[in-house]
Amino acid sequence: MSSAILQTEKLRVEYRSRELRQPVKVALCGLDLEVRAGEIFGFLGPNGAGKTTMMNVLLGFVPPTSGAARLFGIDVRQPIARQRIGYLPELTYYYKFLTAEELLRFYAKIFGLARAEADKRIEQLLKLVELEAAAKRPIKSYSKGMQQRIGIAQSLINNPDLLILDEPTSGLDPLGRMKVREIIQRLKHEGKTVFFSSHELGEVETICDRVAIIHQGELKAVGTVADISTGHENLEKAFLRIVGFQSTTP
Amino acid sequence: MNKIFALAGVVIKELYRRKDFYVLFVLTALLTLAAAAMNFFHDEKIVRYVKDICLLLIWVSALLVAIVTTARQIPAEREARTIFPLLAKPVSRGQVIVGKFLGCWLATGVALAVFYFFFAIITGSREHIWPLAVYLQALWMQWAMLAIVIAMVLLGSIYFAAPSSTVTICFIAVAGILGLGTHLHVIALQQPEPMQTILTAVYFTMPHLEWYDLRDFVVYDMGLVSWPGFALATLYAAVWTGIFLLLAWLGFRRKNLTT
Repeated sequence: MSSAILQTEKLRVEYRSRELRQPVKVALCGLDLEVRAGEIFGFLGPNGAGKTTMMNVLLGFVPPTSGAARLFGIDVRQPIARQRIGYLPELTYYYKFLTAEELLRFYAKIFGLARAEADKRIEQLLKLVELEAAAKRPIKSYSKGMQQRIGIAQSLINNPDLLILDEPTSGLDPLGRMKVREIIQRLKHEGKTVFFSSHELGEVETICDRVAIIHQGELKAVGTVADISTGHENLEKAFLRIVGFQSTTP
Repeated sequence: MNKIFALAGVVIKELYRRKDFYVLFVLTALLTLAAAAMNFFHDEKIVRYVKDICLLLIWVSALLVAIVTTARQIPAEREARTIFPLLAKPVSRGQVIVGKFLGCWLATGVALAVFYFFFAIITGSREHIWPLAVYLQALWMQWAMLAIVIAMVLLGSIYFAAPSSTVTICFIAVAGILGLGTHLHVIALQQPEPMQTILTAVYFTMPHLEWYDLRDFVVYDMGLVSWPGFALATLYAAVWTGIFLLLAWLGFRRKNLTT
């Protein structure tokens, strides 16, 4: 069995309101999860289930209330835990006054890449996301699709062993989706691990080795798509059954 | 350390590209013109008065740039959500605070150096005296004072959500210290208790920014500040800067940042 790259143990996150008499909101409740090296892992759940909170904990944005979360065996609260990961946010949040090349160089410095290595990596990534011609233009002049592509490039700048993607295909056109899928598949062939949240169940079914379904902060199911589905149901039907959705139409 | 310099570099690039520096250069040009007009009057008092005004303008504009630039750093990162891809990298929140501080401090230092350079060139060419050591001391002391101010504003920007609140509160605090700092303990003696104790306590616990104002040394040719005093003032600024940065880090490190 492969070793765990991403691991949570009895992970609990509570949000306390600043207003008095407001109840504590439990976003994650005793979550035990393991993602193994080399697998593509889909993290599913309806809106408000706790997917974003899980991402926030893994990336160190929100500290766990109790329990533990580890990346490569290191507590996620340690910045070094993020040395071997790449993160692609759902929307594009980059310094718009920088050019694509400057942005990638900045992140390369943050990862401590040597100058020559950074030059080579930046060139490769700009080619991969087809932004070579626009490399010296400020990001604010980019179209939405181009901004998504620079997002992909920045998430790969350190040649990560684990890629965390937050709804990577949301808002993308079919071409952009295909590109993201291609990159995920390529990373799998290179032996990388991919952990991503998504609402696109068809896509998850196609590319994921294993999936987890979370609902109201609790882990409801984890395993391969075949493990989760019963009989001839597809992932979408299995998902709806697990989260307790009752269809009102015949 | 490379991460901190990388963060500082982005701050400087942003400032440069947002054209804040151009405003400074226009102001510098105006200062230069004012200083160049000094000899029209051939009156030593007027010459000193104009030099005093020029230096006051340098002080006010440097303070404005430092406070306004610093106040928007962390809130702007949070608002534009650029903080998330940044903190998803192996960078600690402490490094982000120090990087932001360094970027703002270096950028303000460059602006100050340009101001003093213009001031020295114009006054030197008119009066044919070049008190470079006095200028350098005045520049360094002002820059050291700005380090305290920038660290204080960074601390404010962690706790106040809107940059405008941070700017207003910090500007009032700095203006208060610069205006009343020297006299506060004297004012305290004239007050009834408990006000006397409160004002005396404030006098001894606040950062004395007014100590860094060497404008009179430049305008009235008072010579150099003693080097031990100069070194102590630098150390004092370093300590206060460290305290404010530490408090900013303590506030920022446990802050929930939700995407």
